[in-house]
Parts: sequence; structure tokens; C-alpha cells
Amino acid sequence: MNSATREAYGAALKELGRTNPNVVALDADLAGSTKSAGFGGQNPERFFDMGISEADMIGTAAGLATCGKIPFASSFSVFVTGRAFEQIRNSVCNADLNVKVVGSHAGPSCGEDGSSHQAVEDIAIMRSLPRMTVVVPADDVEAYAATMALADYEGPAYLRVARLASPTIHEEDYEFHLGKGDLLRDGSDVSIVACGMMVPRALDAAKALAAEGIEAQVVNMHTIKPLDTELLTACAKKTGKVVTVEEGSIVGGLGSAVCEALSESCPVPVRRIGMPDCFGTSGEGNQLLDHFGLTADHIAQAARDLC
Amino acid sequence: MGNELTDITSKMRAHIVKMLAAAGSGHPGGSLSATDIIASLYFKHMRIDPQNPDWADRDRFVLGKGHAAPALYAALAIRGFFPEEELMTIRKLGSRLQGHPCRTDTPGVDMSTGSLGQGLSVANGMALAGRVDGRDYWVYCVMGDGEIQEGQVWEAAMSAGHYGLDRVIAFVDHNGLQIDGANTEVMGVEPIDQKFVAFGWHTQRIDGHDLDAIDAAIEAAKAAKGKPSVIVCETTKGKGVSFMEDVVDWHGVAPSQEQAQAAVNEILAR
Repeated sequence: MNSATREAYGAALKELGRTNPNVVALDADLAGSTKSAGFGGQNPERFFDMGISEADMIGTAAGLATCGKIPFASSFSVFVTGRAFEQIRNSVCNADLNVKVVGSHAGPSCGEDGSSHQAVEDIAIMRSLPRMTVVVPADDVEAYAATMALADYEGPAYLRVARLASPTIHEEDYEFHLGKGDLLRDGSDVSIVACGMMVPRALDAAKALAAEGIEAQVVNMHTIKPLDTELLTACAKKTGKVVTVEEGSIVGGLGSAVCEALSESCPVPVRRIGMPDCFGTSGEGNQLLDHFGLTADHIAQAARDLC
Repeated sequence: MGNELTDITSKMRAHIVKMLAAAGSGHPGGSLSATDIIASLYFKHMRIDPQNPDWADRDRFVLGKGHAAPALYAALAIRGFFPEEELMTIRKLGSRLQGHPCRTDTPGVDMSTGSLGQGLSVANGMALAGRVDGRDYWVYCVMGDGEIQEGQVWEAAMSAGHYGLDRVIAFVDHNGLQIDGANTEVMGVEPIDQKFVAFGWHTQRIDGHDLDAIDAAIEAAKAAKGKPSVIVCETTKGKGVSFMEDVVDWHGVAPSQEQAQAAVNEILAR
């Protein structure tokens, strides 16, 4: 409970090592940080540390997938999605291979390592790829469930997890449904659509708004692609106002995906909260979330502005 | 098999020239330089079943230099993976034969390639899967000499050496030419074999148009235990068509129908 999503990913991967003989794992010299090391210790014959070579790691994962393996290839998000982007495009997505790309330490919550290590663009570039599924779990319970679901799902996928511990919002018996957003709280005044560790902050914002008489819906949009446009459209029709919240760039991320969908199905005013087309910087993870306005206060203010 | 295999290489070369003329675009030079290597693999060495292209125990083939797709398609068609008539649909809308190999479209294509430098990593992954599953298949990968300018090739070379992937047998089709000119002018790649030796590979250098030499090199590669093997093949770009041989302009230009007919006549007269 209240642990980082990468910890839950590592625990789920280890469990998959025990239960699914087709699952293999690869890392690029960050197994201790991405938490794939637990699988490696338990299943050394199915764990491949590729060294600091993300492009080769993705290609190797693709080769394993051609033979029926289910490779989970982990590294820091900025490296695995950025350095190996074209390998993911051609050797995984264009080849339609069952590779799970796992990007850890995503977003400014990565913290002290600074802007070079804080992916803000990963959601945008991963969701731009045909055939790719993109999942950003809200907490540790969901990260565990999403990892299990992605092992069962046949096709390329990107799982974004975080370094920083964040609050658990789900009960232990939570059921994850790939491609289906979760309406966590209903309301008629405004819809707050969030992903990742922004979801608990969105819930806090909704509580604050309720005290002022503003009833906010909160949607956990854990699957950014394929987007649950049905739920999204229903929300927009009900409230007529949408705030999106993500721990990444508003250029191409969840906010963009929501705007693209609603502009065709139910155009309504939208406010996008996230990294405003900027890189991160060094600092403590929670401090950086505050610094970049990724807070319940800021979410609530955006909702008030719309109402 | 010697004469029979020679006949097959002629048939493949004739197909390649005719396919590209029909398409009006494509890469004859590097297809013709790789033909003898691919023929030796598909008609002598590889354990494959055209009726069961996804057979789990089959040998695998990854065409790193995906632009030589016509050579691969010609081999697959003659081998029976799909009708030879279909070769003439290459690069056309609705064809199963894209300009570069696509595993989702074409029976017998083990991996989609075309973006240079990615194939060897994929071959390594196939070999690792075989190791995990206890299967004894071989994984072959043909790369271009220009292709090995890509950094990922050397990441993969390091990985194959590190993991001792002795089921990986790679070829470098060293025809000396790439789009912008000679390797030596664009970006020198030699000494290719010494580079692979440094990464822990078993290395050979042969005449890539000598079918007996290719055969012997593959056998020697299979006998090298505990390390991956590379066969640097000295080849001629455009091999078999005199007006294309060693002419860099034939890297990515299709022959006209008249040129193709002249080329086919020359190939079949040999």
C-alpha cells in the first residue's frame, strides 16, 4: 500500500515469472531501479540484462516475441521510449509483436536526477504508434493488476510507472479492465479526467470542490490508448466541462488524447493540467509536482475557472 | 546439388530483375549481391517447411538489409511458400510482398525489417528463445556492409558475444557500395572481421559468390561452439548482370523492361 507503481510492477512481474512460463524479462542495466530484478533473481534463465543498450534490448525482445515469448523490456521511460523509439516502431509495432515496453521513473516525480531523466513526452510518442496500447496506472494496486492484464493481452503495449511512492486509492480486490476508464466519483458540474499518480490528487481536488458546492466527476483514465471514448463522451455530455490531469507534457499526452476525442464526439471547454511544454528540473519528487502545479489546489482552480 | 543450386541462383536473379522491372522501383544491386548466400541457406541449409511456415523448430532467417527483399521473396517462392507468379506483384497495393519484408504479410518471412541495423538484435532474441525452450534451431541474419554503420549492430554484436549465442550465424554482404558511394568514401567499415573478433565472434571471410565456400563456411560456423559466428562475404553489387556490376547507381533504381530482358538473357546464358 502507498508504494511506487514500479514496486508493484516488479512484484507482478515476479509473480508472472512463477505462473506464466512464456514471460521473459529484459532490462538495460537498471533492473534494481525498474524492479525487474526480482524476476531476474527468481527466473535467471528467463531474464536478460542487455547492458546499457536500449535499442538492442527492444530488438532482442522482438526476436523473443517472434518465438512466442512475452517479453517485458524495462528501463527508465525516457531511454526506453526515446532512445529505442524507432526500434519500438519498426521491430515491435510494425512487426506486430507481443512486446511489453515498461518505462519507469517517468515524469518530474522521478526527482533529483533532473530533466535528462524525467520523461514528459513518452505518452505522446508511444500513443502515436499504430497498434500500441498505452497504460498509466494510478497506484500500486492498479500497476500490479495492469501488469497482469498486459501479460494476457496479445499485442504491443507501453506501461508507464513511477519512481515516487504515491497514495493507494484502490481496494485490494480492484479489477483492472484494459481500455475501460473508471468513474471513481460522480458529479454533474465538471469532469476531471486523470491518469497515474495525478488520480489521487484529482480526488482530493473533487473533495475540496464539493465543500464549495461544486460536484466534480473523477475519471481514472488508466488506458490512454485505446481511449475509452464512450465514457469520456458520456462525461462531457453530463457536465459540459472537462479538466485533464497528467504527470507529463500536455502536448500529445492524455490532455491531447481527450481533446482529440471530444472534438469529434462532444466538443466542450477543456483545461489541460500537466507539464506545460517544458522539461523538468532537479528536486525532490513531491516538491517538483508542487513546483509544476501538479497539485489538488491547481486542479480545483482549473475546475472553478470552467464552472 | 552444386549445379542444381547454381541453377536456382540464376532463377532467383532472373526473378529479381523481372520483379523490380515490374515494380518500377526497388533495389537490384544489393539483392543480386546477396543471392548466393540466401540461396545456400534456403536450398541447402535451413530446416524449414513451406507448408508450415510457423513451425516452432524451424531455422530462422532475418534479412537485416531488408531492401534485398526481392532476393528473399524469390527464394521463398521457389521454395514453395507462395506462388512464383506472385513475385511480380511486389511493391504494389494489395500485394503480400511489401517493398521491405513484413512478417505479418508474407508467408515464410520470420521478421519485418527494412530499417537498417535492427535485424541482428532480433536474431539474438530468437536464439535466446531457442535456448530457453531447449530447441536446436539455427538463426541466420544477413546484413549489408553499409548497414553495419548502425550503432545497434555493435550493441547486438556485444550481446551475442556476451551470451555466447552459438546458434546465431550472421553474414555481412560486403559488396563495398552503399547509396552515397563506396563504403571507403562514405564511412569506412573495415576491418570488419577484426571488429567482430573483438566482440567475441567466430569470424570467416569468403567469396560470397562461391557456393562451395559459403557451404563450407556455414559448416565451420556451426562447428564453432560457445560463440556467435559471422561470415564476411566478399561480393559484387549487381552480381550476374554485367551492366549493374559494381555500379553504385543500381543500388536503388529498377531496370526498364528492356534492361530487365537483357539482364535475364545474360543471367540465363551463364
